[in-house]
Amino acid sequence: MAEAGRILVLGLGNPDRGDDAVGRAVAQALRGALPADVEVEECAGEATDILARLERVDTVLIIDACASGAPAGTAHRFEAGRAPLPQAAFGASTHGFGLHEAIELARALGQLPPRCVVYAIEGAAFETGAALSPVVAAAVAEVAGRIRAELAAATDRPGAGPCMKLR
Amino acid sequence: MARRTIKVDYLARVEGESAFKVVVRDGVIERAELSIFEPPRFFEALLRGRDFSEAPDITARICGICPVAYQMSSIHAIEAALGVSVSGPIRDLRRLLYCGEWIESHALHVYMLHAPDFLGYAGAIEMARDHGDAVRRGLRLKKAGNEILTLLGGREIHPINVRVGGFYRVPTRRELQPLAETLKWARDAALETVRWVAGFKFPDAEPDHELVALRHPDEYPLNEGRIVSSRGLDIAVDAYDQHFEETHLERSTALHSRLRGGGAYLVGPLARYSLNFPRLSPVAQDAAREAGLGPTCANPYRSIIVRAVEVLYACDEALRIIGAYEAPDRPAVVVEPRAGVGYAATEAPRGLLYHRYRLEADGTIADARIVPPTSQNQASIEADLAACVAGWLDVPDAVLRHRCEQTVRNYDPCISCSTHFLRLELDRG
Repeated sequence: MAEAGRILVLGLGNPDRGDDAVGRAVAQALRGALPADVEVEECAGEATDILARLERVDTVLIIDACASGAPAGTAHRFEAGRAPLPQAAFGASTHGFGLHEAIELARALGQLPPRCVVYAIEGAAFETGAALSPVVAAAVAEVAGRIRAELAAATDRPGAGPCMKLR
Repeated sequence: MARRTIKVDYLARVEGESAFKVVVRDGVIERAELSIFEPPRFFEALLRGRDFSEAPDITARICGICPVAYQMSSIHAIEAALGVSVSGPIRDLRRLLYCGEWIESHALHVYMLHAPDFLGYAGAIEMARDHGDAVRRGLRLKKAGNEILTLLGGREIHPINVRVGGFYRVPTRRELQPLAETLKWARDAALETVRWVAGFKFPDAEPDHELVALRHPDEYPLNEGRIVSSRGLDIAVDAYDQHFEETHLERSTALHSRLRGGGAYLVGPLARYSLNFPRLSPVAQDAAREAGLGPTCANPYRSIIVRAVEVLYACDEALRIIGAYEAPDRPAVVVEPRAGVGYAATEAPRGLLYHRYRLEADGTIADARIVPPTSQNQASIEADLAACVAGWLDVPDAVLRHRCEQTVRNYDPCISCSTHFLRLELDRG
């Protein structure tokens, strides 16, 4: 069962594969910058690991890298609680068993948190051992800011649960 | 002339990126190829010039699914080079850690990757809609394996607590107790898993592969043993290079392994089980018999039952180790660098994983060789693909394509860790 109001920010990616690490970079930027009751975690993005982290969570904001063909650094926002993620953007996972599968498996099992938002940042290069490309690194602060604002809007209005705040 | 090509460009539900292609001409199989096209990762070259103590953490990075196997093969090979032998509780803890990896890796394959083939679903998500309880059990079982890795390895993937000589920190007896509670549930769940998969329908198939696995006098093999085969091979691990060879094929970034003078062979659960059935614990033997398995199993489709039996064994063995555990005085034995060559093979979830290291007197790695299970199985998988197509020539392409995919998935190939090149030449001018 979901605990009332438990909020998780989850950054995904491989820290050693260039822009794949951007989800983690956003999570790191948000550490210490969010209300104390918001948990911030990072993981590699393997489906069953993500699934386990979604247990007992009421609101989850996930940040991942993607490759949909949009300009590098573009940040997409998806209401994954309402509809599946577009496969084209997320089919590039090394192991083919990643975020999309985790969300759909959670949905099939009735375990998807009531509010599940995914920020996907378009990557440019995924070379082993590389740092974030400058244009992708520049998107980190922007997405962190959007997540802060989104969480503030959700928690600042008394009497309404986080699910009520979706636009 | 009728020419028919069955091709899958991106194979789903395997670890890594691969493709296969079978060409049939006038009803005769012309070619059956499994291609692996992840970029080679040059781990062997990366290890050269590093200190021996770095090998476990570097090689763990080769695979996110079976990092423990890489750590275990590397530490045992390096300890052999240094003339170090580890026994007692540290040896037991290594075995416990390996049990964790078998549980999580096999549970993932059985439930998420392989079962959908038998129950007629495109994948785990579709299966979960109708078989939610089974999928939940599989996920929880996998998590039980992860808990062992987290406790002993320091984290779930790419454990950081393993070192040559032992561990950086060992758990107390008390710290292992919560794990025992989890594992008691897991052992029951594993038995249910064996019963669940035993009810699937299995095509008849008895490919005549030479089976190769470790064999230890009195344990089901994990970290130690001689290399034996179903056709009488029985060698010490340090004779591996004399009996096995690797060749590079243009279409694949993985090397093909063959037995010198023999040919294709098979490592993994079927080989382990068939060469070591009497060494399984009684509860695992009983479950295997109840599931209709004999003391050997050559049908690759039934490998899903063998994996389930191995999960049951791993839970049972983990509980035995925890029950008998007394913390050692020190978390690791002292190791001193010296020049030498060391060899080791351990049983990764997917089969025999061979490492060889040559060390300089100061402990620098002069040379490293790693032969992962999937590259050893590649030739046998291709033979199975050819046989599969030959046996199903009259079915439509879509059906045949799915049969071929299932044939590959029978072996749980870990394509990610099978990619490497034999040699990297650097000209530094």
